Amino acid sequence: MTGGAVAERLLYGDVVVGGSLPVLNINVTASTVVLGALASRDWRPMHHDRDFAIQRNGTRDIFLNTPNQAAWFERYITDWTGPTGRLGRMTFHMNTPVFPGDHMAFMATVDGTEIDSAGCGWITLAVVLRVGDVTNTACTTRVALPLDKDDNPWTRRGDAWRP
Amino acid sequence: MSSSPITELLPVPDEVTARIGLIQYEVEGSFPVENGYVWTTCASVENGNPLFWNETVANELTNGPIAPPTMLSVWFRPHHWSPGRTESAVPLQAHFDLKDALDLPEAIISSNTNTFHEPVRIGDRVRSRQILRSISEPKTTKLGYGRFWTIDVEYLNQKDALLGVESYTAFGYHRLGGDRS
Repeated sequence: MTGGAVAERLLYGDVVVGGSLPVLNINVTASTVVLGALASRDWRPMHHDRDFAIQRNGTRDIFLNTPNQAAWFERYITDWTGPTGRLGRMTFHMNTPVFPGDHMAFMATVDGTEIDSAGCGWITLAVVLRVGDVTNTACTTRVALPLDKDDNPWTRRGDAWRP
Repeated sequence: MSSSPITELLPVPDEVTARIGLIQYEVEGSFPVENGYVWTTCASVENGNPLFWNETVANELTNGPIAPPTMLSVWFRPHHWSPGRTESAVPLQAHFDLKDALDLPEAIISSNTNTFHEPVRIGDRVRSRQILRSISEPKTTKLGYGRFWTIDVEYLNQKDALLGVESYTAFGYHRLGGDRS
């Protein structure tokens, strides 16, 4: 287990394009897959029934489901931003399933920064979930960060929030 | 029973093409947003964000407890069983409808775009609706031979505020070398 340490509140001005986030390493077990599926209320058997996954899906084992991968990405990003980081948009492409026995490594770089016309500070992150040398899932995320200590992206509503 | 190798797909029926852009399966989640699932989800990925664990932080930043944004789909997934039901309900019914209508027995979600709007608050009643956006021409991948399709799921709260949109791209397929019996 990782302890779930979360950073202090990252500010927009602290971020540099091209910068990297700390790597997060996770050993995947059958419990990781099953707990993730049930926590996201995904009862489909390929996420808890190994025989079904092999015989019906043609995969080598049960595998992480989509909502739980999203939850892993969110956790990875907000570990770095702290609680004032607010996700706006997340796109991910799953190339290869993640199975029990895999060692996941989450890595990310800052691809861009922008202050939109509503005055919200955004960063774009290119995140990958890798197992060994393979990128199993690639994720692009747009995250709002406070411009200063008095700013809070969570207070934005309506036209002031443009994810 | 005779069987033959899959060499081509059935054409997309007109009634399936007609669903593109239509709102389908507008339903309210079977229970209000609650902290138990928030904590279970955070535990499943070891997410220690104090926004979800510390009420003082939640009051300061979000005017009360909220759910992690990526939990959107949790609130519309049906129970595995409920009284009177004799068959399992499936969460993304428009997706399973396509598998049946296009005669594609297997399917996998290949990509996903989530856009997050109003925060989802503890106690919210979340309503979802599904919209088929597109169906591809036949494609071959390492999994098999089939079609991609994209379905949006829009989420709204009890005040009709948009909470978010999940856009799923799936690949429905016959396994390579499979038979149509």
